[in-house]
Amino acid sequence: MVERVFESHHLDVAGSRLHYRQSTPPGSLGAVGLLQRGSLLFLHGAGGADSALPCLSRFAAELPVLVPDHPGFGQSPDPAWLDNIHDAAYAYLDFLEALDLRNVHLVGTSLGGWLALEIAVRNADRLASLTVIGACGIRPGQIPTGDLFMWSPEDRVRNLVADPALAERVLALPQTEAQQERALRNHFTTAKLAWEPRFFDPHLEKWLHRLRLPTQVIWGAEDRLFPLEYGQRLAQLIPGARFSVIERCGHLPQVERPDELVALLQQSMRNSR
Amino acid sequence: MKFTLFHLMPYADLDLERTAAYPTAWVVTPNSFYDPKAGAKLYNRYLDELELGEQLGFDGIAVNEHHQTAYGMMPSPIVMAAALARRTKTAKIAILGSAIPLRDHPLTLAEEHAMIDNITEGRLITGFVRGIGAEYHAWGTNPVFSHERFHEAHDLIIDAWTKPGPFRWSRKHYHFEYVNLWPRPFQQPHPPIWVPSQGSSETIEWAAHPDRKYTYLQTFSPLKSVRRYLEQYRETAARHGYTASDDKIGWAVPIYVAETDEIARREAKLHFENFRNRFLKMPIEMLLPPGYSSIESMRGIAKAKAQITGDITLEIAVEMGMFFCGSAPTVREQIAAAWRDMRVGHLLAMLQFGTLPADLTERNMRLFASEVMPALRALTGDSNPRSAAA
Repeated sequence: MVERVFESHHLDVAGSRLHYRQSTPPGSLGAVGLLQRGSLLFLHGAGGADSALPCLSRFAAELPVLVPDHPGFGQSPDPAWLDNIHDAAYAYLDFLEALDLRNVHLVGTSLGGWLALEIAVRNADRLASLTVIGACGIRPGQIPTGDLFMWSPEDRVRNLVADPALAERVLALPQTEAQQERALRNHFTTAKLAWEPRFFDPHLEKWLHRLRLPTQVIWGAEDRLFPLEYGQRLAQLIPGARFSVIERCGHLPQVERPDELVALLQQSMRNSR
Repeated sequence: MKFTLFHLMPYADLDLERTAAYPTAWVVTPNSFYDPKAGAKLYNRYLDELELGEQLGFDGIAVNEHHQTAYGMMPSPIVMAAALARRTKTAKIAILGSAIPLRDHPLTLAEEHAMIDNITEGRLITGFVRGIGAEYHAWGTNPVFSHERFHEAHDLIIDAWTKPGPFRWSRKHYHFEYVNLWPRPFQQPHPPIWVPSQGSSETIEWAAHPDRKYTYLQTFSPLKSVRRYLEQYRETAARHGYTASDDKIGWAVPIYVAETDEIARREAKLHFENFRNRFLKMPIEMLLPPGYSSIESMRGIAKAKAQITGDITLEIAVEMGMFFCGSAPTVREQIAAAWRDMRVGHLLAMLQFGTLPADLTERNMRLFASEVMPALRALTGDSNPRSAAA
């Protein structure tokens, strides 16, 4: 069903092919009346975009939904110019310009949340709202975070969701070779961008005051990778940001609490500029 | 065949019972388990053992670098090489090696190696390594850039040793406005370079390239793998149109010699298994962090996971040819067979391993030097220039 909502596209960004999914135009765009124009751009986390697609497909009737694979993730090749999170952020500024996207509701989760922050501090002209979910990017100080690189693949699943039964269900799902290969590539590129400093940019905090657009920070109350306290700090650093907590939820609300997440994202869009 | 006494300097006093709950002796076992009084004794004992190596006629003595681990107490092999430099007179001192990509300032290594080469009037053998995966957890360096930084740091060090300074040097990871090394190395154009590795294809190809022809050392591995990797070195050389000489390949292997095979196995068992199953063991996520090896090499890893991270016994290790253990005739014949098969020019004998205590280590060294080494020198047509002088 999800596959029918999204179509695959490619765009040349700085000489490298970026793969993105875009929702097919619905027959009655605007019937919902929520938005006159604009689009939703979703930036996936370290694990890739797949887990968020069912959630995102629910917006396809309201506005175009774009879901890129970051350079070096999913079906996007790892370009020679990709060395750090800033390179990825500039690539997305190119992407926004190339597609001439305006009034963009930028949504990023985890690593993609960090990326969304890096994009928005550089240029938010094309953005209508910013929503980050379980996002990293700021210095954790003494807040105890999980170590994604020390966790085994099984540990990762168990530590990223709050509900142990859900973790076991996910672990029981068979993985195709193609999925394993993609997971391996995603993990490599995650290390490239986030190994050191570990999931943050020491200079990002200095410029978060530039975020003057409607911003929401969403957090799973039981996030064990970047705990709630980390989310509170991040929200405090962004002027006027709204902080929303999803109870009984770990690091992946799109997997664990999709209904709550969709409701919060709708609020983000309603509060846009 | 040349003989190098290779020491890992493990923290042999580790409380194995109380640290058993930790998945590995690397990075995550708290350093409250390190007792400085015990450590001080071990450092001095191990340095004594290396110095004895010179007296017993080894061609060289060797140290290496590992961080945040009971496996080895040498985060800086430079310190150990410096301690040995003035206490020895004839043996080569091999640093196997310095983990150059871990450094943000590789020129410090160029300087320190050059200093030791000067102090010893040219007895230094330099080794360059990437460091094993755990180092990237311990040190924070991004494993994805490990190869790039290794090559860049190497080029920088070689340029610093061989090109007249001052000059500017700038690549992707390292930038220096002035490179002008004082002192220059004693050996010209620079000390011999050895490259120890677990068998990374990229590293073997790089070491064997005609621009370098560096001596390749296979670290602790089953005989079958050692043969394959050393063969790959020779094949790479052949592909480039030259024949790799025997002295371009070496093998680091633990060895234990006693009066009989049975005594040797009985005495070594606990200490070898501590070495392999406690000191060396680590989870795959620590051994191979993302990017440390290419995606291509990572594909097969999942399948080999159990073999890499599972325990093995002394008996299995002996059978797989990862450990030479027995009476002098047994060990002599095992090494002779390996030499006939692979023509390995350098044997790096690890005569202390794991928790092997001082008395057994010393007897092992003396038996190896008197009962094993001379026959192998005769077999391989090697005359030790130092034995006449000694």
